[in-house]
Amino acid sequence: MDNLPWIFISALLVNNFVLTYFLGLCPFLGVSSSLETSARLGLATTFVMLVTAVCAWVLNTYVLVHAPYLRLICFIVVIASTVQFIEMLIKKLSPALFRAMGIFLPLITTNCAILGLAIFATNRGYGFLEGIVYALGAGIGFTLALVLLAGLREESELSDIPKLIKGTAMNLIIAGILSMAFMGFAGLFSST
Amino acid sequence: MKMNGNQSYDEFIKGIWRDNPVFVQVLGMCPMLAVTNSAINAIAMGGATFFVLVGSSFLVSSFRNWIPKQVRISCFIIIIATFVTVADYTLLALVPKVHKELGAFIPLIVANCMILGRQEAFSSRYPVRLAVLDAMGMASGFLIALLSLGAIRELLGDGALFGVNLFGANFEPWVIMILPPGGFLTLGVILLFFNWFKLKKDEFLAEVAEAERSGS
Repeated sequence: MDNLPWIFISALLVNNFVLTYFLGLCPFLGVSSSLETSARLGLATTFVMLVTAVCAWVLNTYVLVHAPYLRLICFIVVIASTVQFIEMLIKKLSPALFRAMGIFLPLITTNCAILGLAIFATNRGYGFLEGIVYALGAGIGFTLALVLLAGLREESELSDIPKLIKGTAMNLIIAGILSMAFMGFAGLFSST
Repeated sequence: MKMNGNQSYDEFIKGIWRDNPVFVQVLGMCPMLAVTNSAINAIAMGGATFFVLVGSSFLVSSFRNWIPKQVRISCFIIIIATFVTVADYTLLALVPKVHKELGAFIPLIVANCMILGRQEAFSSRYPVRLAVLDAMGMASGFLIALLSLGAIRELLGDGALFGVNLFGANFEPWVIMILPPGGFLTLGVILLFFNWFKLKKDEFLAEVAEAERSGS
């Protein structure tokens, strides 16, 4: 039980999904043009990650013990259909929440951070509670990276930047500098 | 028939330069940056992606008339996931060391948006021969991008290429290049070069058009 906070901090800062593992880069570069959209996408992703962690745990414990080679196909099909189902459920139960997450829910299904989360959690043999904490940390870490980049990009709109560097090239270089900053967090774990 | 040959050639070559999946379309970034800290990893990743893309393009294109429109994405994903599983176990059997280094990124080929994008945009609409050629072109373009990024990062960060030390003992490695930030920075600089190239080309074409107009 005492390793739960460490799992959280590790997924949130030290091994940030976007800036250290390079997962979920497509939304990271594509959607991060405004702060508000980024925050919503982050919220929806965190939510999907939680669902995924539960699904992955159930599959690993009850289904895949007998057929590990089906892991990948199972994961992707189950995650995709669960997210679809939850999307319909939220639409019925809470239209306000659905509007907040909007079109991002279906898009997130193909986000590699989601599948990556399931695979990492499996490889490390996380249990139910550990998996959920890991998903929470990873989701908030993803949101953090997205919001940081979006903030910097909004600022850069107002500055005079050469035409040549504008666009993806600049975003990647900003991401590189952010990633360097996040490397500083590696010092949090001196023993591991 | 002549025109047909030209078209095949065009489908193949466009993936390598004009529509290069990484440098021009900016797709498939996650595996691109994550595994390119050495040239050998880049080749293994590129090879696996090549196999998956060509195999699934072939299957999708063969079955394109039988896959119902409403569930096509799920069908594509299952086909892709099957090929990825095969690639995963093959690499594990042949080169366990590389497989260990690539780790979770082999299964993550499933979520490479470039592969799904090609199925949706091309293979599900064109006959098998063109689909396979297109897939081979795109995959080669991806492989070239991976390899150039991997080579640059290994050269600067390790002073070596394919594990062979090039600069001798006095070389001070630029360690940041093989760490995560190096991936972002290197790709950013390469994209910058591509932008510059495109800008120059556009300027040149505009000048030519201008000259033609004033000449006539």
